Amino acid sequence: MRLISAYLLGLLFGLGITISGMGNPAKVVNFFDVAGSWDPSLAFVMAGALAITFIGYRLVLARPRPLQEDRFFLPTSRVIDARLLGGAVIFGIGWGISGFCPGGALPVIGTFNADVLIFTAAMLAGILAARLMLKRRELALAARSAA
Amino acid sequence: MTTEFTPYAALIGGAMIGTASVLLMLLHGRIFGATGILAGILFPAGARDWSWRVMVVLGMVSAPLVYLLFAGRFPPIQSVASVPWQVVGGFLVGIGVTIGSGCTSGHGVCGMARLSKRSIAATLTFMASTALTVYVMRHVLGG
Repeated sequence: MRLISAYLLGLLFGLGITISGMGNPAKVVNFFDVAGSWDPSLAFVMAGALAITFIGYRLVLARPRPLQEDRFFLPTSRVIDARLLGGAVIFGIGWGISGFCPGGALPVIGTFNADVLIFTAAMLAGILAARLMLKRRELALAARSAA
Repeated sequence: MTTEFTPYAALIGGAMIGTASVLLMLLHGRIFGATGILAGILFPAGARDWSWRVMVVLGMVSAPLVYLLFAGRFPPIQSVASVPWQVVGGFLVGIGVTIGSGCTSGHGVCGMARLSKRSIAATLTFMASTALTVYVMRHVLGG
């Protein structure tokens, strides 16, 4: 049941991405191209998603726990630091170049389009590289505080 | 490259993304962030935590097939970047979302809906960075 619902929610999300045009790089990039071929559709995607999630989360998070787990898994970090904002800047550069974000690219992998497959492979490499870098930094910091 | 303004499809698709996010919280108690879900697959924290993530991604990937079944064609994908630029873009996206702990779905939808200051700051930052990049790629470097 838990795995079936996970599958169906992934499917619902993926259909939302493909129907809304978030999986189409030209549409995404045109949203940001106010000085050129502007297409405001993306604002409607965000508005639709945020309206439902804003109201839905208030109802759901008022419950003591989710239906299939014994607690909610919510991010606990509160700090707005250079790491958060630097990461966001780098992500934005990549998104602006390719027009794919992770949630936009993953569903359209299913079309076997060559560009999205190449993008996703490079993205996975980037995730691994960043993880490695963060791990090294952590180890270096731990070594420094131990010394 | 111009694209057609599609407010209704965008709103309906967005509402579906929002519904999936709300239901993942209700059923699984999890944030629907593509970055976080993918990271948990690449770096597993136990079988029970791994399996639901794999199923979410399998569901996502099968969406174009269901779309094909109803629409009679795959969803349109109009590329804006050559292969070398896809590699650069993909690599930067991977690094950025890992360092910044989230992307459009995690920070932009789920985090903003929770009114998380962190997510609002991250979303405003990557939207500005994306807009600037698109401007440079299209109007400075020319495309």
